Parts: sequence; structure tokens; C-alpha cells
Amino acid sequence: MPDLLIELLSEEIPARMQRKASLDLEKLFTEGISELGLTYESSAAFSTPRRLTLALENVSNKSLSSVEEKRGPRKDAPEKAIQGFLKNTGLEISQLEVRQEKKGEFYFANIRTEGRNAADIISLVLEKTVRNFPWPKSMRWGQTLLKWVRPLHSIVCILYDEGESSVVDLNIEGISSGDKTVGHRFMGKGEFSVNSFEDYASKLKKEFVILDPSERAKIILQEINNQAFAQGLELISDPSLLNEVVGLIEWPVVLMGKLEHEFLALPSEVLQTSMREHQKFFSIRNPKNDKVVQFATVANRETPDHGSTILAGNKKVLSARLADAKFFWDNDLRIVNASGLDFWLERLKQVTFHNKLGSQFERVERISNLSEVIAKKIGCDPKLAKKAASISKSDLSSEMVYEFPELQGVMGTYYASEAGFEDNIADACKNHYAPLGPSDKVPNSIISVVVALADKIDTLTSFWAINEKPTGSKDPFALRRSALGLIRIIVENDIRISLSEILMLGNDRADIEDLKNFIHQRMKVFLRDQSLRHDLIDACLSLNEGNDLALSVKKSFALMNFIKTSDGSNLIQGFKRANNILVQAEQNDGVEYSYGADLKYAEEDAERDLFSALDIEEAKIRSALEREDFVEAMNAMANLRSPIDGFFENVQINSDVDVIRRNRLNLLSRICKLCLSVADLTKVEG
Amino acid sequence: MVANSPQSFQDIILRLQNYWVAQGCALMQPYDMEVGAGTFHPATTLRSLGPKPWSVAYVQPSRRPTDGRYGDNPNRLQHYYQFQVLMKPSPPDFQNLYLGSLDAIGIDSQLHDIRFVEDDWESPTLGAWGLGWEVWCDGMEVSQFTYFQQVGGHECNPISGELTYGLERLAMYILGVDYVMDMPFNDPEASIPLKYGDIFKQTEEEYSRWNFDIANTETLFRHFDEAEKDCVEILSQDKLDPKSGKHISMVHPAYDQCIKASHIFNVLDARGVISVTERQAYIGRVRGLAKQCADAFVLTAAGGHVK
Repeated sequence: MPDLLIELLSEEIPARMQRKASLDLEKLFTEGISELGLTYESSAAFSTPRRLTLALENVSNKSLSSVEEKRGPRKDAPEKAIQGFLKNTGLEISQLEVRQEKKGEFYFANIRTEGRNAADIISLVLEKTVRNFPWPKSMRWGQTLLKWVRPLHSIVCILYDEGESSVVDLNIEGISSGDKTVGHRFMGKGEFSVNSFEDYASKLKKEFVILDPSERAKIILQEINNQAFAQGLELISDPSLLNEVVGLIEWPVVLMGKLEHEFLALPSEVLQTSMREHQKFFSIRNPKNDKVVQFATVANRETPDHGSTILAGNKKVLSARLADAKFFWDNDLRIVNASGLDFWLERLKQVTFHNKLGSQFERVERISNLSEVIAKKIGCDPKLAKKAASISKSDLSSEMVYEFPELQGVMGTYYASEAGFEDNIADACKNHYAPLGPSDKVPNSIISVVVALADKIDTLTSFWAINEKPTGSKDPFALRRSALGLIRIIVENDIRISLSEILMLGNDRADIEDLKNFIHQRMKVFLRDQSLRHDLIDACLSLNEGNDLALSVKKSFALMNFIKTSDGSNLIQGFKRANNILVQAEQNDGVEYSYGADLKYAEEDAERDLFSALDIEEAKIRSALEREDFVEAMNAMANLRSPIDGFFENVQINSDVDVIRRNRLNLLSRICKLCLSVADLTKVEG
Repeated sequence: MVANSPQSFQDIILRLQNYWVAQGCALMQPYDMEVGAGTFHPATTLRSLGPKPWSVAYVQPSRRPTDGRYGDNPNRLQHYYQFQVLMKPSPPDFQNLYLGSLDAIGIDSQLHDIRFVEDDWESPTLGAWGLGWEVWCDGMEVSQFTYFQQVGGHECNPISGELTYGLERLAMYILGVDYVMDMPFNDPEASIPLKYGDIFKQTEEEYSRWNFDIANTETLFRHFDEAEKDCVEILSQDKLDPKSGKHISMVHPAYDQCIKASHIFNVLDARGVISVTERQAYIGRVRGLAKQCADAFVLTAAGGHVK
């Protein structure tokens, strides 16, 4: 069976789109041919700045032929109906079959669809794929009506088997398929033919194109690491930059250079950010002092002068950029040294945070006041917390942050240290923004924790107050991130504080219940990623009205492990059975069976066993809950499983003797109450 | 640099002109009004609309009042030159033609690292956008390369390919100059050699002061309103000219008013009298004018309208 090679050659595809595009090509094309009955053994997709490539192995020669049976009119139906059926099926009357059915004799047609050639299907599906390609942004060019990410120049589409290869014919608005492609834009020697994937990949390499992005990434990393290692230096890992650079080159050539001496005093984050954002350079540091001392750039070609012109040019551009950064840094330090952070704080009065929520200055004031109150609640010095909050956003006025918004906070910490603040206060500038995502670290020093909480509470309650809540995919103020940050700070630092209480400290026009719901939702989404079921979280949240997040999460995990055991899942069933009977009986009888069961009315052994088990385990559960040892509490609860099962097996609740029946219902009530004191097991599904 | 590399700013301009003339472009001259970029020239804005083929190259002095630095910054200027190329429909080998132009001005692609880095172009004031790249040479942006998709709110068909070279920065790079004012403007061997600063240092100072502090904002606000009003009025005239008996839609005179409004807005912006919220509204007003001009242009002969 033949293999298939497809290449779509275009002008430079934006780096950020390449990977997904190659996967989209693979998915759309293979799904398309499968739908039309072709099979294949394996597929692989690749991308470079100028090409999307797809290779399929062992594609079936033809789609299978199929026969479809269609029921026609009755044999004695009017001629018109019969003619219509013949026209519909494209058959002669002699080709129809007549079959006796209950309601008479009917015509049947067997319509055979012949298998189609692989080439026909491939041509059809590839054209459809190209015309409907899901580029995030596409364009037209010249006079074509076709849309592609950038002008599409040529298409390779060949089927090949045992040394024989043939072009699959295809013509999309003047672009015909063929077996020719080109190599590197500058180093390649021009057009060449290919007859298989191996031939294609190896010729490309001779023409200075490395097809596989992961191979290009490997070469870049290896080369940088080697060059850095030789000088006792190391690369600062930056996977997203690597990903982008891989999409900008077909033939990676790493060039490394030293930073000019005058820039070495700049903070590492500034050097890294400036180099990454403006130049797409990697930063190389000295592991002894963590200082960034060199850069690595990846050129797209080799040159007769071994890259010296390219490196010199890059260095010059870098110097101009870093001169800008140094200019901002020097100016900022001059201001800090002259007037501390006050000048910048004053300037925040002129910066609007949101037109319904006042200036950044007012925002900082709110966060400072909040920090003071929260500090008192969680055992932090309120004065220090307030101080830290009050300077936490001063760097928003600095020139450096104006130029590089992503350095907010980081610069704040540098400037606060420069202004003479102690480390634990200065650090809050940087840390109060954390965590910035699900995998970012949560602050753990107490002052930073307080300011971070205050910041998030102010943000959430403020936007809730003006009804700017996230909807669908829209979350312009990153409120989901704020909520998740709030949750993680509380849970991961095990802060025991009532959610309602702290939310009420924020904007008093916010609908706290609604906001609380939102936070609970975010918590479920977050914990779902740690395979915790939402019903288990609900079971644990409801006991404290959803206010004690840290406790609920701990309990949820214990519950998750508990129901994985057979004692656990059986106990839940036992509880539910007890609860159902009890609820039903209470409804029917119109009374609450909360009187307390008495051992003296127990008639059966199983009943007495349950009494004694409850006595023992209840004490254990109570004490475990007091110590918040949920594993212990659940273990104790698990011990109730067999006495409960035994009770249901051997004891009939509905005794003729009323006092005995009531006693048994009271006993069920005791089981339920005890279990419910651990978690609301009625919420557990299944 | 190779032996026949350019020696002056004007040499680079001349080489670009010669190169694009050799590719068949009509060499146009700068538009005689203050504009923020070469794109505003009606040879680009209006002519990228409609079905008629078009191919031009020209230098356009451009003004960005907020970029004034009193002539002290290494390369920031409130008045600078752009070299603009527009070809409609965009030729299939437009990228190669462009690379040829770099070669013509002394950038040898065998020695340099030239890249096409994603950069989508958008002009909110012209209601225009396109996709393309900024072109990097050894890490420096040397040109903007765009396939126009929409102009004045109209889908382009056919598509124009547009190139913009920021001449000062490009020339400084080629000539190895660090401070723009030191750059030779004419031949350094000429009997009277002039540097860029000999010509523009003083004007940068004058305009920086005027743009930032002196320009009469009251007058400018009034002129903005007048230009806006004029533009609409010109377009609303009856097409039938009673004097000549011809049908004449006065798109270009109207578009001049749109250009004027855009520049006045830029000066007001530099004066710092336009707040963040007002900004969008002003940009929207200019866009409104550009759109009306585009609407009118496609109904003219040059816009490809067949009576």
C-alpha cells in the first residue's frame, strides 16, 4: 500500500500558529479521507516557517465498495411511482428485486457504490481542507479568492510505493499540485523534485531546511548549552521563547555574544525581558552570581564570515534597546533616591484604574485598608501589612513598567529596596500579584499573603459591585485568575478564615452570595484537575456554608480516598438507605425522630451490635473532627459499615410494636446525624 | 559593506527609487500635505481600492508630533521620511522583489540574517488593516510588508502589496551611523557636504517646542471641526457640475480634509489636550471621513466604477 506526502509551501507563517496548523492539517485531512473510506496506518505532521507537511503511511489504494439496499414502491403501485424510483436509483426495472412482505410485494434496489481511487479522495479532501482551514487570521493576495495565512505558493501531493511515485492531481485557484518544492529561502539552490517522504526530508536537509520543529529545538538547545557550558555559563530556560524561535527559522545557527559592561548592573529580569520581547534573544547567566552576562540569538543561516556581520548587527540593536532600558532604570532610581516612592504614589492619582472604580491611587488605598484588617485576622502585624500594601503598586508610575508592563511588581521590589524598605515589605510588591496562573507559586510569607489577599478581594468585590463579571470566554479583568489566586493562597497556606467575612470587607455593593458561588465554581474547576469530584467538594463545603475553603479541601480529599475503599462506598450506600427510610418515615409520620434511641428496646443482636459500634465510633469521630483529622474520622465511620449492613440485613424497621419501630427510626437518625457531622453525604453522587 | 555600498542618505533614496522604477513602478512624488505616514498619500489609500491595477513608489515626508525629541534622541524624529511601494494586484514574487531592493541598497543577503516576523498592520484612523510582517535584518526592523485586506471599511479586491521603509533608521544601519543628525545627507565628498543634522536639527527643535507647548489648541480644535464639516459637505455636492456639464465627484478634495483632520488630531495629541476617552472618539471621527471618501472613490472612474 502506498505512502502519501503533502507539503503546503507559503510565505512566512506566524511562528505562534505553526504548530497548531500542522496538527489541524493532520486532523482535518485524515478525518476527511477516513470519512470517505480510505484507511492509513500512521500519520506525522511537521511545520517550518514556510511549510506545513503531512506524511501518511500505508494508505489504502481504494475505498471499499459498498451496497446499499433501498425499499421501493409496491409492485402494483402506479407507473409514475415506479419510474420515479428507477430514476432515483439509476437502475433498470430488470435490476430490481421483488420481495413478498406482509403488506404485499415490494420492489427493492441494491445500489452498489464502487470503491474510489485513493488519489481521487485525497485530491478532494485536500482541496476541501485547504479551502476551509481554521487559521486564526487569514488573508487574500493578488487576485485570488482563496484564503490562507499568507500567500500560498505551491502544493506537493504525491502517492508513492516501492520506488514508484505519482502526483495526486489537484488545482486550487491556479495552484497545481506537483512533486517539486524549494529549500531554504537564501541558502537553498532552488526547485527540486521529491519521490518519498525520506527523499523529501533528506533533500530538504541538503537544502538547509530541518523539517521537524522538535529537531530544530533540540539543535538550538544543544548548541546554546554547549557554548554556554564551555564558558562556565548556563542558559535561562525559556520554553515559550524557544517555541517561537523554532518557528522563525528553518536552519538554526546559534550566535552568542557578551553584554556590554555598562548594562551588567541592570536587574536580570530587565535584561531578560528586554532581550526576549524586542530581540527574541535567550539570556545566559553566570551560575555563580545569577547575573545575566550574555545573550544567544538564533540566525536562520550560515554565512561566509561565520555570522560575524549578523552578530555585530544584533549587538548594535541590542545596545540601543538596553540603552533605553538603562535610561529608564537610571531615571527611576534617581526619582526613588530623591523622594522615595511618594512621588510615584502621588502620580497614581492621575491614572484611572477603571472609570467606575476610580484611580489607581484610590485602589491602593482600598487595598491598604483591607490589608490592615485582614492582617489582624490572620496574625500578621497590621501596620507592616498596611505599609507593604501602600507601596505595592507604586512602580506602576515608573518608566520601566511603562515600557515593560510585564515587569510590574518585580520592579516595585527593586525600587522599594532602594527606597530603604525591609525585604519582607519590599517583596510584597512582587509577590502580591501571585499566583499568576494555576502553576505559579503562591506567596507564603505572611505580609505578602495579606497584601495578595487584599488585592484579590478588592478586585473581585469591586468588579462584582459594578456588575462586570466574566461571561463565557470573556474575562477582560482576569477575575477567574483572581478568584483562583484567592482560593490557592487560602488553601495552600491553610488559612482559616471565613470567606464571607473577608469578602464583606471589600466593596459593599457587591453581591457576596453570588461572588461566593463564583469562587466555589472556580474551586471545583481547579480541584477537578486534581481529579476531585465536584459532588465531594459540595458535600464538604456545605457544612460550613462554604466559608472554610482550606478545611473543605482537606476534607474533600479525605472523602475522595474514603469512597475509593469498599468500606467507604458501602458505608455511603448504608447511610443513604438509612437516610431515605428516615426521611420517608418522618414525612409520613409528621414527626422528627431525633429523640435518641435506647438500647433497652433493642431486640436483635444486630441491633445491639450497632448500638455498641455507634458508641465506640461516635467518640472517635467526635475527637477526630475536633483535631481536624479527617482521615481518622472517616476510618471510624468506615468501622460502622458492617454493623449498619448487619442491621439492615437482620432487622425489620417496621415492627408491630410501635415503641420498637420508633426506637429503630431514632437509631437511623443517630447514624445519619453522625455521618452528616463529617460531611453532607446526601450530596455524594452514585 | 561591499565596495559599491551607498555613502549617503540620499544615495539610499535614489537607489530605492531606481530599483522600483526598474520593476515598473510609477515614481510618484510626496503628497503636498502633512501626513502621519506614507499610507495616507491618496496614491495608496484611495488607489488600493477598486479593481484597477496600480503600481507606484514614492518618498513621503511624515510627521508624528508626539515623537519629537528636540533632535536629541539617536533616531526619534517628529519629521522623517518613509519610502512607500504599492502594487495592485500584489505580484506573486513580491517577497523576492522586496529582497532585491535590499540588495540594491547594499544589504547582502548572503551576509545578513533577513527574517519575516509576523506583524499585522492596522490603521484605526483609515479603517484599514492588512496582514504581513516586519522585516528584520540582523534583529533590526527595516521595513513593514503588508497585504492590504481592507481600506476605508472596504474589502480590497484585488489585494495590494504594500512596503514601507523607515528611511532614517534603515540608512543609519547601512551607513553605520549611531546618531541620526550625524548621518551624511549628500555625498560626504561633495564640495558642500551636508549632514542630516545640518538640515533638520534646528527644525526638530522648533517643531518639538511648537508641537508640545505652543500650538494653539483652540485654533486646532476649530480647524478639526471645520475640516470634518468641509469633507462631508464636499462629498454631499451634486455630482453634476453645472459649469462644465460633467459628472464630477470631488473625492480627492474631500480626502484632503480627512488628511488635515488626521494631522490636526496628531498635533492636539502631542499637546496633551486629548484625554484617553476622547482619543477613541477623535480617531473614530477621522475614520468616518476616510470611510466616506472611500465610499465615494469606488464610485468614480479611478475607483473602477463603470457607468
